[in-house]
Amino acid sequence: MTNHWIDIKNADSILIMGSNAAEHHPISFKWVLEAKDKGATVMHVDPKFSRTSARSDFHVPLRSGTDIAFLGGMIKYILENDAYFKEYVVEYTNASLIVGKDFGFSDGLFTGYDAKTRSYDKSKWGFEMDENGVPKRDKTLKNPRCVFQLMKKHYSRYGIDAVSSTTGVSAENLLKVYKTYAATGKPDKAGTVMYALGWTQHTVGVQNIRSAGIIQLLLGNIGVAGGGINALRGEPNVQGSTDHALLYHIIPGYMAMPHNGWQTYDDYNKANTPVSRDPMSANWWQNKPKYFTSLLKAWYGDSATQENGFCYELLPKVEKGEDYSYMYLFDRMYRNKIRGGIIIGLNPMNSIPNTNKVRKALDNLDWLVASELHHSETTDNWHRPGVDPKKVKTEVFLLPSAHRLEKEGSVTNSGRWLLWHYQVVPPAFEAKPFGDMFVGFMQRLKALYAKEGGTLPEAVLKLDYPDKYDSDELCARINGRFTRDTKVGDKLYKKGQLVPSFAALQADGSTSSLNWLYTGSFTEEDGNKAKRRDTAQTDMQKAIGLYPNWAWCWPVNRRVLYNRASVDLNGKPYNPAKAVIEWKDGKWVGDVPDGGWPPLATGKGKLPFIMTVHGTGQLYGPGRMDGPFSEHYEPVETPVNSNMFSKQLSSPVYKFMSSDMDKLAKPADPNYPIVLTTYNVTEHWCGGGETRNIPNLLEAEPQLYVEMSPELAQEKGIKNGDGVIVESIRGRVEAIAMVTIRMRPLKVHGRIIHEIGMPFCFGWTTPGTGDSTNRLTSWVGDPNTTIPEFKACCVNIRKADKLTELAT
Amino acid sequence: MPKTFLIDTSRCTACRGCQIACKEWHELPANQTRQRGSHQNPPDLNPNNYKLVRFSEHLDNGVIRWNFFPDQCRHCDVPPCKEMGDVYHEGTIIQDEKTGAVLFTDKTTVFTGEEFEQVREACPYDIPRRDPKTGLLSKCTMCNDRVQKGMLPACVKVCPTGAMNFGERADMLKLAESRLATVKKTWPKAMLADPGDVNVIFLLIDDPENYHTHTVAQAAFGPMTKKQFLATLARPFKAMAKV
Repeated sequence: MTNHWIDIKNADSILIMGSNAAEHHPISFKWVLEAKDKGATVMHVDPKFSRTSARSDFHVPLRSGTDIAFLGGMIKYILENDAYFKEYVVEYTNASLIVGKDFGFSDGLFTGYDAKTRSYDKSKWGFEMDENGVPKRDKTLKNPRCVFQLMKKHYSRYGIDAVSSTTGVSAENLLKVYKTYAATGKPDKAGTVMYALGWTQHTVGVQNIRSAGIIQLLLGNIGVAGGGINALRGEPNVQGSTDHALLYHIIPGYMAMPHNGWQTYDDYNKANTPVSRDPMSANWWQNKPKYFTSLLKAWYGDSATQENGFCYELLPKVEKGEDYSYMYLFDRMYRNKIRGGIIIGLNPMNSIPNTNKVRKALDNLDWLVASELHHSETTDNWHRPGVDPKKVKTEVFLLPSAHRLEKEGSVTNSGRWLLWHYQVVPPAFEAKPFGDMFVGFMQRLKALYAKEGGTLPEAVLKLDYPDKYDSDELCARINGRFTRDTKVGDKLYKKGQLVPSFAALQADGSTSSLNWLYTGSFTEEDGNKAKRRDTAQTDMQKAIGLYPNWAWCWPVNRRVLYNRASVDLNGKPYNPAKAVIEWKDGKWVGDVPDGGWPPLATGKGKLPFIMTVHGTGQLYGPGRMDGPFSEHYEPVETPVNSNMFSKQLSSPVYKFMSSDMDKLAKPADPNYPIVLTTYNVTEHWCGGGETRNIPNLLEAEPQLYVEMSPELAQEKGIKNGDGVIVESIRGRVEAIAMVTIRMRPLKVHGRIIHEIGMPFCFGWTTPGTGDSTNRLTSWVGDPNTTIPEFKACCVNIRKADKLTELAT
Repeated sequence: MPKTFLIDTSRCTACRGCQIACKEWHELPANQTRQRGSHQNPPDLNPNNYKLVRFSEHLDNGVIRWNFFPDQCRHCDVPPCKEMGDVYHEGTIIQDEKTGAVLFTDKTTVFTGEEFEQVREACPYDIPRRDPKTGLLSKCTMCNDRVQKGMLPACVKVCPTGAMNFGERADMLKLAESRLATVKKTWPKAMLADPGDVNVIFLLIDDPENYHTHTVAQAAFGPMTKKQFLATLARPFKAMAKV
């Protein structure tokens, strides 16, 4: 979230799209309803009428995978009706920047496309620079090569008819949403976008969110109270996991994973530190070497010195351009390239697409370490139905894991708040927190390397790894310490003392930090700020529900990101009634500003979007793999065989696998005419591995179901409560039919398309509940993130003669 | 003055936190359920579920309405279940003077199945249930143990949206009237269900029959007057006369 949960109450208009917030983030509706109480309009755009829709002002059903068409239409509406916030767009976004001559777009493809490698040469998309290396601007927005004009041209193709025919949303409903939401383009109005996996889990996932980003920038909704782009992160500490780099392509603090193209510390810094010659741009990432060096110091301690590049060369490096996401990981496993591994905090045998392949892939391991509360489809894979356990060679070590109520530590919520969770009861029997397990692994590894040597033992032996897991101490390490006596301002910090803020981190080895974003969260002055529970606030903060002394928020306790875009060039709030910050008597008051520079009108200010190289919000985003503007492409499995917007049916750069088990239905395949979307349920957590073992939750949602319209049910001769078989080209699944008016047939490309929806939380280890829905879903992914297209694939459905997976 | 719940269905997201919290607080075992084509599970109130969120959907001029009804005992001002119970076994069903909670005591095991049916029938909201094994009658306890100690009922405590409210009757009535006035602007059919007779007041935004068959006392005839309501008490005596 750029903003935070409480801030939702400040919105005048709420667009919930790609999310079923009431069901999957129930607490969010406390704030959604508060906004509604004050007159906000709440809109839910989603294939299914859910509990979220029931509490929204209105629901608009759309076909899965057509969000960009829907949002492209909104961008066109905003531009053509002059509904955008002009001063904001001119001053704070890159609307006025001139795009280089190499950029172009024709019939679904941007310039620089190489069909052989299925990739773009992004250098074709750069900005024009003046003689000083500063981007050229035309603040009149008239230049036909400025971002604003190119954007206008690009989205001019998203007319109501084409959008309606693609999405299945009526023209009336489209205009209702566009008009309501576009009304937040006024300086004193704010609209918020709440999204989740319904946007990310597509082959165009990143561009779905980019489309929303464009809308929010056009309407001046970023940086303001009640605005923002708000990713509702998952309950399992997803925000914290990403911050601390649980993904393969980054290291903590959103820095790139070292690859074999960057062999030295200097190579890495050179390639990863952006340069701006624009005096107006803060270009915050120019500080990256300070954060990176502090991270290396935290990893390698005293061994990391200036002379040895802070041990950079000891780091493992990935192959440049190689994809290590789980789809590729399991594909390698399927092709017998992986011998063993550790699976923790995930139940991939239930939660990953094309589960039949994943389950087979796991059989190829010699050994597997898993840590769980309960036996799961992953820990017990070799016992799965239809498999002779004697024929599976994998040796599984199942470590009993402590429940989260049995351990203390921090969780970072979607609003970037670092919150301390206390232990309620000690772990039962031999169960242990993951932290204890990891420290145990490393101690033994270190001992083995010390004793036996091996290839590059220093990489492990020199690690400054704790002897014992202590969550407070780990938080202190994350915050970071001075490695020698250092003066910050007037204050002298001794060697070993905590760094007060990331502004004090250095690239000379004098500081360590496991994650620069969290520096300032644990200080000499205030201790572990995740434990703060003080509701003190100023009147200005009270007006927008901002609690600066409750817990702590990254970065530097800033609760609303890019908040300097909420004020005019003189530092006066665009919406005084809900001011986030204000320049008053020579200083900023309210939230922690995005940089302390004076307002831009003083001539000494900096542009507000400090994390981008040019300091502006990116209407035009030349950094993505699939283009600087969003463009509608059909899901890879689609019920139609043409794209209303170009000849390019699906994304030209989506990722896919090519094993014998990675089958895809052809476009408009008559054998699989129905769109399937998949989702969570309120009552179960993700793949259900934990919650299916909680009897009261299983009582409330006991078995796998498929939600379908009465029209489709009638066509297929299915009655409510019947057992059915759902089939894709990859697999078949048993489910109970839930025939409901909440699923609507959609008119797409002039004919009726049916969509059905299924949860994925049931698995065979809980007998009679059903088995993995993901046996149906496909292994295709977004080119930027490789997130799979869980939200759209094609299937068929029929009444079952007999049920085995659901037999009770 | 008794304690009162206000259940504001215009704020309910059917997260079922209340349903689960109730089971957890009372340590009630789970029933083995199955998917029958509805999210409502278990299908009905039973000795292991004193609180049940009912789901009901219909089309209103082509617009989908999905109503959620967190059903529970209404803790009537003059409880017909107690009146009827007293006819058979006096003192087994009691009303806490301090909180107004209507309570089925452990002594209710003395009711025969037939006697229990009379008690159940006396309830205008079809709340009482009987454990066929132990014979114990059961329903919502208002978390009287918690309330006596100054705590909120479990279902109210966990509600994230303000659908479940609890407090002094006068305060709840005030809140109910103010919420009704607000909600009526969007939902002209909005109403309070039997507010004069019960201590669990539902704020409805749709016709009562679009939630559940026992949303209000004798739903088929609309809200009852207090007089009509009390008149139902005469039924059991008539029934006995027949025997």
